[in-house]
Amino acid sequence: MSEPSLGKQFTNGLWAENPVLVMLIGMCPTLAITNSVANALTMGAATTFVLICSNVVISLLRKQLQPHLRMLVYMLIIATFVTIADYALQAYLFEMSQALGPYVPLIIVNCIILARAEICASKSGPVRSFVDGVGMGLGFTFALTILGVIRELLGMRTVLSYQVLPEAFVPWVIMILPSGAFLTLGLVIGLVTWLKTRKPADSRQNKDLEAAA
Amino acid sequence: MSVDTAKEPQGDVVSSGPGGLEVQPAPHLTDPITTRRLMLDVIIALIPAFLASLVFFQWNSLRVLALCLIGCLATEYLFNRVRNKPNSLSDLSAVVTAIILAFSLPPTLPWFAVLMGAIVAIALGKMFFGGLGQNIFNPAMVGRAFLMVTFASLMTTWVAPAAEPGPPVPTDRVEAVTAATPLAQIKPGDPERPLPETWRLFVGRTAGSLGETSVIALLIGAAYLLIRRTIDWTIPFGMLGAALAFAAIAYLAAPGKFANPMFHLGAGSLVFGAFLIATDLVTSPLSKSGRVVFGAGCGVLTMVIRQFGTYPEGVMFSILMMNALAPLIGRWMRPTPLGGKARG
Repeated sequence: MSEPSLGKQFTNGLWAENPVLVMLIGMCPTLAITNSVANALTMGAATTFVLICSNVVISLLRKQLQPHLRMLVYMLIIATFVTIADYALQAYLFEMSQALGPYVPLIIVNCIILARAEICASKSGPVRSFVDGVGMGLGFTFALTILGVIRELLGMRTVLSYQVLPEAFVPWVIMILPSGAFLTLGLVIGLVTWLKTRKPADSRQNKDLEAAA
Repeated sequence: MSVDTAKEPQGDVVSSGPGGLEVQPAPHLTDPITTRRLMLDVIIALIPAFLASLVFFQWNSLRVLALCLIGCLATEYLFNRVRNKPNSLSDLSAVVTAIILAFSLPPTLPWFAVLMGAIVAIALGKMFFGGLGQNIFNPAMVGRAFLMVTFASLMTTWVAPAAEPGPPVPTDRVEAVTAATPLAQIKPGDPERPLPETWRLFVGRTAGSLGETSVIALLIGAAYLLIRRTIDWTIPFGMLGAALAFAAIAYLAAPGKFANPMFHLGAGSLVFGAFLIATDLVTSPLSKSGRVVFGAGCGVLTMVIRQFGTYPEGVMFSILMMNALAPLIGRWMRPTPLGGKARG
């Protein structure tokens, strides 16, 4: 199997195999903390950091890994970086750390990180693993931020705590409740799927136009 | 017999070609009941309640109903257009959803909330599942539940009905007088508070949702549906029976704490729910015994929410919860095949 180019590896995580919107993994933080944009961005940054670091370290160790012990090693590496991220948040962004509650430590069990370790980092070199980590991390952050913007805007009239919608707009309380997370996620996934499946029809149309011309 | 054909009697009679031999699945007997006919019956049955709401809430009644109709029909039309499906407006099911949703809303709900409820009812409640017959939950109740969570304070602001006796209202300065619904009145658990007389509950001259207040008007419509056999006795019997039994036991056990059963029958949307919402063919079980259990579940849950929950009214949540259980009940109590023995 020929390896895709590094650029493709990067955009893969952003769009084609976006962990949240296409692969539907990492649902727990996606649903739990996207009620504001600030939460979503922090969570995305922390996860991206852990993802990049663990991808690179696992990639460097990939020749030494015993097949039956690899999961254990993955977990230890991931847990190390999650602890670093957790303590860094507590030290520098204490309030945010309180707001995110148990979801920062829970990055350890985030499927995305384990999946990338297994799919990419354990089979490819450190550069490719790094690019993959950045792409997947940004894709995760991107999805979380979209949900965060929609939910904060409609639920509290604000984006990043700046009021955007006028006073006359009655906030949709449901959007900052868990049920709003499910509704928004479902609608966004539907929209993304529609955008992705619409493409072939467009190119066919273009071909038709070209043929007609 | 597939579940879908039985759930939604479309009445498409498969005709065998001349001289052709066709193998068809049972049932071989069909009748000319169409979805459109059933829905039309429900609409006719809702007319008395609409007239009552016109009397009690006047212009607001018309406004909310019109907005619901616009929202529901436009959403259904757009969904069919976008998905290249045949237009399903003519089966009138969206009209029924719109009317039931309108009847379950407070009269003074602002226009954007009404429209949003209507759009959510059809889009989230029905079209996302694939249209009529595929939906798990009653679409109108999905719309109302969405509004209840989204605009909790708007959804619990009630106005007194027109011609309410009491201190004179300076109508030139105020638009409407807010009032508590009978169920909200008993909620604080203060037995000293004056409750509306039972006759007023049955006529419908109380604060409440548009169509739910007049029990008599609803019963006229329900009688029409029962005579036309659009609905049968099972669900209303189960729901009202269970709710009344529950209320009676609670009343006998602690008369000072709980209201009497007749009050619970007349107040809120118990009668509306039992005859017109819970009886939705798509979201209730198939077998008779299943429907009785379904109705009883609705009734018990309603009373549990009313008497022990934080919400004053529980009809909507109880019906949604039992909707979720309907497939399970259907599996547990299968309809007896014609001429066959009931399977365990």
